[in-house]
Amino acid sequence: MTESAGPRPTISVIVFPGSNDDRDAQLALERLGAASSRVWHTEEALPPETGAVVLPGGFSYGDYLRCGAIARCSPLMKAVARFAADGGLVLGICNGFQILTEAGLLPGTLRPNKSLSFVCRDVALTVEHTETPFTSRCTAGQELTVPVKHGDGCWFADDELLSELDENGQLILRYAAGANPNGAVADVAGVLNAHGNVFGLMPHPEHAVDPLLGSTDGALILGSLVDAARLSLAVTV
Amino acid sequence: MRATVLVRPKPGILDPQGQAVGNSLRHLGFEVGEARVGKLVDVELTTDDRDEALAQLEQMCEQLLTNPLIESYAIELERA
Repeated sequence: MTESAGPRPTISVIVFPGSNDDRDAQLALERLGAASSRVWHTEEALPPETGAVVLPGGFSYGDYLRCGAIARCSPLMKAVARFAADGGLVLGICNGFQILTEAGLLPGTLRPNKSLSFVCRDVALTVEHTETPFTSRCTAGQELTVPVKHGDGCWFADDELLSELDENGQLILRYAAGANPNGAVADVAGVLNAHGNVFGLMPHPEHAVDPLLGSTDGALILGSLVDAARLSLAVTV
Repeated sequence: MRATVLVRPKPGILDPQGQAVGNSLRHLGFEVGEARVGKLVDVELTTDDRDEALAQLEQMCEQLLTNPLIESYAIELERA
């Protein structure tokens, strides 16, 4: 895992009732050279030093109604939406991805796995685009091994939306051929917004940042975010 | 005024839960075709104006109760 050089950007990790990967995300980001703080969802504003936002995995509000549907109504999500609208970097992991689609910050939606089974295992991913703040440390076509653990990871978009996203280069991460664990359309594992500053993925990069965990490939994604947050720091300071 | 919102997966949307329910009904010996599983939400409104109630409920459906990409809804208002 490569710690990037330069000043430490602050990455705010949002915590909802039922979030459970916030500490792992924080630990991974700090090991990659970021400072991080966990911010409770009832806050009205992000810490002023926030250089990027991470919405972690978990089961916010017990997945009531639809995964992410209740969390996206939290007071702090209004601030996250403003941060994103101003070009701020936002990463949603698993439940965080679900919350971002429910908030309308990312396209498509996440549905129950086609198998109806909870999946918890390493999956092979293919990086489709590297000119993004979330994949800049990867090479085009690179295969990554990162774990998934979800019951509702079946990303869905209708044909029209899917082809639009494909043409715009927003389908950043796909499950490798034959490795789709949930029935997501077009094997999509991670999607970028049109402006290129909001990204969501079902796999958990924060669980793949140390050889002890079986893979360090997740550090390529989180490290890319730390690099990009540092660049934005240089621009704004 | 009370209202009931019925939320259904849109036609053509894969509904694995409905498929599992259909399969189980067949295992029990019922001769059924497709089954689809949705949700039901009972809401108590403070207004007694039907038009106002409908307008509010449609907003609720668009903003929270359904995901318009994959779900349709039907609103049933309690008779006055």
